[in-house]
Amino acid sequence: MVQGIIGKKIGMTQVFLENGEAAAVTAIEAGPCFVTQVKSESKDGYNAIQLGFGKVSHLNSPQSGHLKDMEEVRYLHEFKTDDVSSYQRGQQMDVGFLGKGDLVNVSGFSKGKGFAGVVKRHHFAGGPKTHGQSDRHRAPGSIGATTYPGRVFKGKRMAGHMGARKVTVHNVEVIEADSNRSLLLLKGAVPGANKGLLFIEKVEEV
Amino acid sequence: MDIKSVVKPSVNSNIPQLSPGDTVKVKLRVIDVGKERVQQFQGVILRLRKGVDGGNFTVRRVSYGVGVECTFPLQSPLIQRVEVLKHGKVRRAKLYYIRKLSAKQARLAERQEKIQAP
Repeated sequence: MVQGIIGKKIGMTQVFLENGEAAAVTAIEAGPCFVTQVKSESKDGYNAIQLGFGKVSHLNSPQSGHLKDMEEVRYLHEFKTDDVSSYQRGQQMDVGFLGKGDLVNVSGFSKGKGFAGVVKRHHFAGGPKTHGQSDRHRAPGSIGATTYPGRVFKGKRMAGHMGARKVTVHNVEVIEADSNRSLLLLKGAVPGANKGLLFIEKVEEV
Repeated sequence: MDIKSVVKPSVNSNIPQLSPGDTVKVKLRVIDVGKERVQQFQGVILRLRKGVDGGNFTVRRVSYGVGVECTFPLQSPLIQRVEVLKHGKVRRAKLYYIRKLSAKQARLAERQEKIQAP
């Protein structure tokens, strides 16, 4: 059974639970998704279903061929599964497989921070703020010793591009799942900006 | 899609129309260990705030010479009742200036007319 769906982050708000506690929640437009391809062990080497999501204004020729005679979708994503026998191409999927209290893993693309220094990127402390310092406030300090080893070690944490990468948060609690409105409320924050694409997978109970 | 149109805040229906400067008595359900009781907090509404979560309001009182402020979310199901005791006559929306006033100066003139429901 595939326990995943593609969604779009709407934003965050606050709701109150039955016991009067406030919970910060993220609202997600989850689905409806369509099965665009069923991948099987015999043909593709692994079992998965490919889901499509989102409206699209234009499809190029290969895309329209792939989505022939079915709903046109903008995004495609595969979810691995053990058994694909119950799925057919074109089948619609919604958030009905989730309920209150379920745990999910959510993947998304984090907000891009551009070229970031070591203070922001690796939480370095930076230099002293006073005592005659000039332009050492956010500097990384020494990046290694001298003649021996005579080089900078690989993996040395330095400034560079930060964010805009795939991030997954694990074991996020479901507050509400409404398949009629394709709405999913998750407790806490999820990666990425509003309107960002999210991949939601149910955590299997052990 | 906008969060405001998707998740409508469920504002507690026990809360009447409030405005800054009102003297109110807030009755709040407090859940102690295994027990539930009602706590009261009486004071002047310092401010009303809006937001995607329905907003909140801050009540200020001076208790034994110490200023105490309490902020209540309008969505909170724990608010049992809010009684408006009198309407203060004020000229601004956020009454932060009364923090600096002594208790005698901080008394607000009463506004006689009823507040129109929106």
